[in-house]
Amino acid sequence: MSELALSVEDVVAGYVPGVDILRGVALEVRPGEIVTVLGPNGAGKSTLIKVVAGLLRVRSGALKLFGKDISNLPAHRMVGEGVGYVPQTNNVFPKMSVEENLELGAYVRTREIRRGLEQVYVTFPDLQRLRRQAAGRLSGGQRQMVAIGRALMLQPRLMLLDEPSAGLSPLLVGHVFDKIREVREIGVTILIVEQNAKAALAISDRGYVLAEGKDQVSGPAQELLENPEVGELYLGARKGLA
Amino acid sequence: MGQYIADGIILGATLSLGAIGLTLTFNILRFANFAHGELLTFGAYFGLALAGPLAFGPNIGSLTFGWGFLLVLVLAAVLTAGLAVLIDFIVFRVLRRSDVAVALVIASFGASLMLRNVVVFIWGPQPEYYSRAIAIAKPILPGVRVTSDEIFVVVLAAVLMVALHLFLTRTRLGKAMRAVSDNALLAQVTGVNVTNVIRMVWVVGGTLAAIGGVFYGLTVQMIPTMGFTLILPMFAAAILGGIGSVYGAVLGGMVIGLAESMSVMWIDPGYKPAVAFALMFLILLILPSGILGERA
Repeated sequence: MSELALSVEDVVAGYVPGVDILRGVALEVRPGEIVTVLGPNGAGKSTLIKVVAGLLRVRSGALKLFGKDISNLPAHRMVGEGVGYVPQTNNVFPKMSVEENLELGAYVRTREIRRGLEQVYVTFPDLQRLRRQAAGRLSGGQRQMVAIGRALMLQPRLMLLDEPSAGLSPLLVGHVFDKIREVREIGVTILIVEQNAKAALAISDRGYVLAEGKDQVSGPAQELLENPEVGELYLGARKGLA
Repeated sequence: MGQYIADGIILGATLSLGAIGLTLTFNILRFANFAHGELLTFGAYFGLALAGPLAFGPNIGSLTFGWGFLLVLVLAAVLTAGLAVLIDFIVFRVLRRSDVAVALVIASFGASLMLRNVVVFIWGPQPEYYSRAIAIAKPILPGVRVTSDEIFVVVLAAVLMVALHLFLTRTRLGKAMRAVSDNALLAQVTGVNVTNVIRMVWVVGGTLAAIGGVFYGLTVQMIPTMGFTLILPMFAAAILGGIGSVYGAVLGGMVIGLAESMSVMWIDPGYKPAVAFALMFLILLILPSGILGERA
């Protein structure tokens, strides 16, 4: 078996002492894959991605990036390991220009700024046109591009995307996911957490369904789309909330 | 009229330098630092302590000090920056971990009082001057007389502001500072070490405060309460310009300096400090985010 890009091994984590949000999550991402973690609100999806980004401590279990134990590295050190994180909200520096946002993405690898910018502008031609604009003045879709572009500047080994479709119109959702697929073609391994199951699974290789702090179902993306159990876990729990 | 404008610009130079540090601490560390005025006081008194031993060389042109004073400025800035980092380490760093936001503000009041009295303890309560030499004010425009020291102060303040602008827009650390001020969490996941940035905020704020303090000592006088009298106009300047905006702080400092100085044309000089308050009040009523501030 080839080396895993990311392995999350029985991770337990949470915000408040004594309250675990993740209660033993295990998942694997192979190099070059797009893996999506699905789940209803409150399942722990964002918590999971924050743990991998180094924003939240692992209470037990382990995180391994290409075989190296990265559990509990602080967030700014995770970046050094090549983990690019795109948060769900507030994911740009609003008062700084698009180009400055992108440059900050290469904060830990300043020598590669030129080449990185060229690559980002090839993937996101619109950003080149907007490069002098303050990121805070862009539309939601454009901001998402800036955020993904910023993470790409790191030339990450693993990119984490927290609900990239949140707050976007259906048309833009398609566009963003197309771009994510393009990012994978550059050679970046991608982990997405999403509520929009259809759009995310359409570009994913495999998926996991998270509920009540545990991974409940996993499998190839296509299978998950057709699996009735997923609908039950996911939509059922959603109905329960509504 | 012209004279009042000139005086306002000179006072504005000190206020702007102080307000920059205030606005940076407010924006990056999220609290109003009432001890910032004491950084100006300490800067000025560090300068006083060093001015004697380092008074080498004849006076430069018609200035009241020699080349050694430039070294005094640099060392006063270094010492004050160090003091600011030390205060943060002893007081604010500990309180940042608590969730009580007001704790930092109240602690800064305490730090302010303590620092002010340390100045009295070491240097005494009487006014001090760098030089007893009489600076001769020369006419630069019809009806406007300024001393060479005052021109030096305004020019150097302008140079420092340009340098700060270049630091914030061209250097990696400067950009990291802006990034933390813009979105601290995102800066962290971009690889910025926020602890280093916080230290840098104190270094930059302390440096500019020290130089502002020396300028005040040079153009007015030094007394242990100088920082305390300057803190409110500095806050007014930071709020006027839009709290968080460095350029706003510079602009606000100038506006407050000019307003205080020009107000004597119409009102008794005793009411001068009230002018800053009145302006701050007006701005908060009409334009709560300040002139250059971002609307929420």
